[in-house]
Amino acid sequence: MRRIAAITRNPAAIVLIAMLAIAGCANKQTPNNPGDLGLGGAGSATPGSSQDFTVNIGDRIFFDTDSSLIRADAQQTLSRQAQWLNQYGTYAITVEGHADERGTREYNLALGARRAAAARDFLVARGVAANRIRTISYGKERPVAVCDNISCCRRTAAPSPC
Amino acid sequence: MMKSLTNLFKIGMLAAGLALAASQPARAVLEIDITQGVVEPLPVAITDFVSSDAIGQEISAVITADLKRSGLFAPIDKAAFIETVTNPDVAPRFDDWKVINAQAIVTGRVTKEADGRLRAEFRLWDTFAGQQLVGEQFFANPTNWRRVAHIIADAIYERLTGEKGYFDTRVVFVEETGPKNQRVKRLAIMDQDGANQRALSDGRSIVLTPRFSPNRQEITYMSYESGQPQVYLLQIETGQRELVGNFPGMTFAPRFSPDGQKVIMSLLRDDGNSNIYTMDLRSRTTTRLTSSNSIDTSPSYSPDGNRVVFTSDRGGRPHIYVMGADGSNPQRISFGDGTYSTPVWSPRGDLIAFTKQTGGEFQIGVMRVDGSGERILSSGFLQEGPTWAPNGRVLMFFREAAGGGGPRLFSIDLTGRNEQSIPTPNFASDPAWSPLLD
Repeated sequence: MRRIAAITRNPAAIVLIAMLAIAGCANKQTPNNPGDLGLGGAGSATPGSSQDFTVNIGDRIFFDTDSSLIRADAQQTLSRQAQWLNQYGTYAITVEGHADERGTREYNLALGARRAAAARDFLVARGVAANRIRTISYGKERPVAVCDNISCCRRTAAPSPC
Repeated sequence: MMKSLTNLFKIGMLAAGLALAASQPARAVLEIDITQGVVEPLPVAITDFVSSDAIGQEISAVITADLKRSGLFAPIDKAAFIETVTNPDVAPRFDDWKVINAQAIVTGRVTKEADGRLRAEFRLWDTFAGQQLVGEQFFANPTNWRRVAHIIADAIYERLTGEKGYFDTRVVFVEETGPKNQRVKRLAIMDQDGANQRALSDGRSIVLTPRFSPNRQEITYMSYESGQPQVYLLQIETGQRELVGNFPGMTFAPRFSPDGQKVIMSLLRDDGNSNIYTMDLRSRTTTRLTSSNSIDTSPSYSPDGNRVVFTSDRGGRPHIYVMGADGSNPQRISFGDGTYSTPVWSPRGDLIAFTKQTGGEFQIGVMRVDGSGERILSSGFLQEGPTWAPNGRVLMFFREAAGGGGPRLFSIDLTGRNEQSIPTPNFASDPAWSPLLD
């Protein structure tokens, strides 16, 4: 379920993952704070590294079900990202748009694309050059979290894989 | 043209073994009305075709399986047969078949020609009228023996229901292997009964939503192979691939027009919304059909090519709309609770199949083209993507059970009562039914 940003070539690429707060569990307010996501302790990565981006800035934001509106907590993450990207200008960034499997394939491809565009537009509005940002939608392909049973998606307060 | 066709010739009617009362077709006596909601399967006796090896029995087994899975026929256990057919040129002893309530009898013979071809003959008999209903023979390359069986099953189906069959057809789909978060997806093709499965792509790129051309051995599908998800064409026999159009962004949700000359699909706009376009495969010209600030996708033509049904969330949530083939006059046709997507126009023109999400379930249903008469055929944890059999009587779709690990293919007829699983060695999704082969 962990998808860590990777440096591929020069200019180094990092990946931002824009996805749904998993599978009908939107009420749980999936955290957008990287520490809460278990992505490692702050400060353990070299500043300006892709690991720094993933661990200290946060490489993913979450959306409500069927929505591509940037939530308030996601705005905080994206603002940190914009600041970081403006500081480290050699990185190109890929914004991946995802949707969970509780939707049909073609619509979710479009929904993932709309989420990626929303994240990109937010970054551009915060000063990141548009030509540094590539977007791609995976729809419900490559789920970041696998959630394939009823209990996982029931809206309860009980702990679940979501 | 497909390769196997050159090896498969229908030779025409066999002379009836009995005098046929030409002015009094036995159809009045023996016919299944499949327009009714509940159909009692017709008891039929499908005898082993006479042959010097196992092929006669094998062909009978394929015919039997086809007819049984249609839900309209109840093939009788061979152990109950009284007469053993040794000469299919003469009429069966009808009294022996009346005793076991066989309403119809299928007899046949398979022989090898001097040139190596297979010669298959069959006759369909009306037991209670004491008449031959159909008699035909075929020559085929022996490797095509299953097609011969499917063609015979189609002839039986057509004679007894008055509608075209769908057994001599194939299905393209996406074969899925590996864990869910690293799923490998390959294009694959098989006969409609799950036989003769083979892969059409190597699995290095995610591939989605293959759909058949109405008149060529060609499919259109979406692939991530360029890094940008885009729509391609694939020649099934040669493996030749081609990008459809030269669009700047993601293209997806492709289908052919009924004349096979155009591909209709969605194009992602820079603002994150998606609109519907067509590309003419000859002139390469592209035409924009929708321009709403919303997601417009899953377009599907009416069989006459005059209208297009599609999914849009222009009203807030995904619903089904119908517009003219030029994009004119879009009208919403789905109004129930929940969301509606993946609309597919029936080959008969009378119905739209769809996926509906409501109450935490996914449903496969049909409605008339004006949105009236909605009927849910199947409900489940996760299922979507209906595709029509070419006679418009059966739908195939894919379903994943809760905790099931991956999707499988199922078919269901319009009564909603005859659900069948389609056997595939691996997980399978995104089925698309071919037209009848010819």
